[in-house]
Amino acid sequence: MKRPSLLGAAWLVLKKDWQIEWRTRARLTAIIFFSLATLLLFSFAMGPDIVTLRAHAPGYLWLGLLFASVLSLGESFRVEAENQALTGLVLTPVEPRAIFIGKVLGNASLLFVLSLVLLPVAVALYDVDLGRDPLSLVLVLFLGCVGISAPGTVYSAISANARARDVMLPLLLFPVLVPLLLAAVSATKFTLQPDPQEQLGSWLKLLTAFDLIYLSVGFLLFPKVAEED
Amino acid sequence: MTPILPLVVLALVVAAIVGHVAVPAVRPWAWKAVGALGAAMLVSLWYFGLYWAPPEQFMSDVGRILYVHVPHVWMALLAFTLNVGCAVAYLMKKSWVTDALAESAAEVGVYFGAVGVMMGSIWARPTWGVWWDWDPRLISTTVMLLAYVGYLALRSFTEDPERRATWSAAAAILSYVSLPIVWFSVRWWNSLHQVQSNPSTVDKPMVAVLRWGAVTMLCFLFVFIVKRYEIARSRQTAAMELPPLEAPRAEVA
Repeated sequence: MKRPSLLGAAWLVLKKDWQIEWRTRARLTAIIFFSLATLLLFSFAMGPDIVTLRAHAPGYLWLGLLFASVLSLGESFRVEAENQALTGLVLTPVEPRAIFIGKVLGNASLLFVLSLVLLPVAVALYDVDLGRDPLSLVLVLFLGCVGISAPGTVYSAISANARARDVMLPLLLFPVLVPLLLAAVSATKFTLQPDPQEQLGSWLKLLTAFDLIYLSVGFLLFPKVAEED
Repeated sequence: MTPILPLVVLALVVAAIVGHVAVPAVRPWAWKAVGALGAAMLVSLWYFGLYWAPPEQFMSDVGRILYVHVPHVWMALLAFTLNVGCAVAYLMKKSWVTDALAESAAEVGVYFGAVGVMMGSIWARPTWGVWWDWDPRLISTTVMLLAYVGYLALRSFTEDPERRATWSAAAAILSYVSLPIVWFSVRWWNSLHQVQSNPSTVDKPMVAVLRWGAVTMLCFLFVFIVKRYEIARSRQTAAMELPPLEAPRAEVA
């Protein structure tokens, strides 16, 4: 049998992840309802003042996504820990880097779907205006989801086998994601609200740089991490 | 400060630590000598910083915390850089020595960083009027501190020594990489910290005292890392030399 190329193998891993997800739809349903509850809680915590809510909507949206991502990322390697599936994957004659690419894309696509689901909710709860710059908004959401998933995949591979893994993942992941959160919230703000100084472009560049840096660092580190799983 | 100087200092510290690790003959006395030097310099730093140096132009005596605050943060940065260097070295060629050195550098770095941030907060209150501010250097240091607390937690939560070494090395590299990005993003976002001083804008005696403080802290950094490294090494050997426990024998009636 012909050995698949790096991207071919990554595609196979991604397809496998999608298939597992599609058969139960458990993870997506869980994180959707989890982040819905989070968004609702933010509005309760801040009070019903619609002006405040509208102004802070990007922050709530990204915090909801961030909290949901911890659940989703943790689950992504927990399923592999069952029956030592990850060991099987690492033993197959494909590059472990392909597993990394496939997993990042799988996690990012799940988060991206979640973020698209949350947009109409944000309209309902916070009265934001999505029609101002929808293409840039979708681009920001996509880049942000990739940015959460790139370091998140490495960290979840690490924490899936550590003790107290539910505490470990956010403890490791959140400090690294500080610049991503800043950039994503600011960029989202400028797609929903007027952007008189045209700052959107520089935040988009920062997001892209973050994604590229963490994709390449993860690409280099993941084989070492997976060896120990 | 010229950009090359921190690198030279880093190289000197690394050389000293490697020398201490590699040459058994200096181990019994070198750390004591450096520690004594550090203690003597600390006492004189107290005099130089509080009495000899002129008061700061705008902040008067409050500004004197500079001589300990800034060296602490520098030492934290040095320790974390040493840690990430060891992490890279470990991933390239597995060795218990680099793993132990990474562990000790991270722990000492967290100490220096935490004390530095606390002193910065104390300094911020009378000068900026707030305990906390969203400033690039403050946030980067704090984020780095949080990341390394996570690193230490990961180390203590992983039992298998080889897994612990590899995973913590990967975690260290991922967190260290975020530092420049955090710095840039917060700088774009908001800033209040005074512009970074350099020797040309600061009075000569103040620079001298600041450097004196930095060398004092360097002595302590060296002693802390070297002693912590010895603890890490003896823990490693203890973990490896422990004999497998005998299976409980069946009771003979």
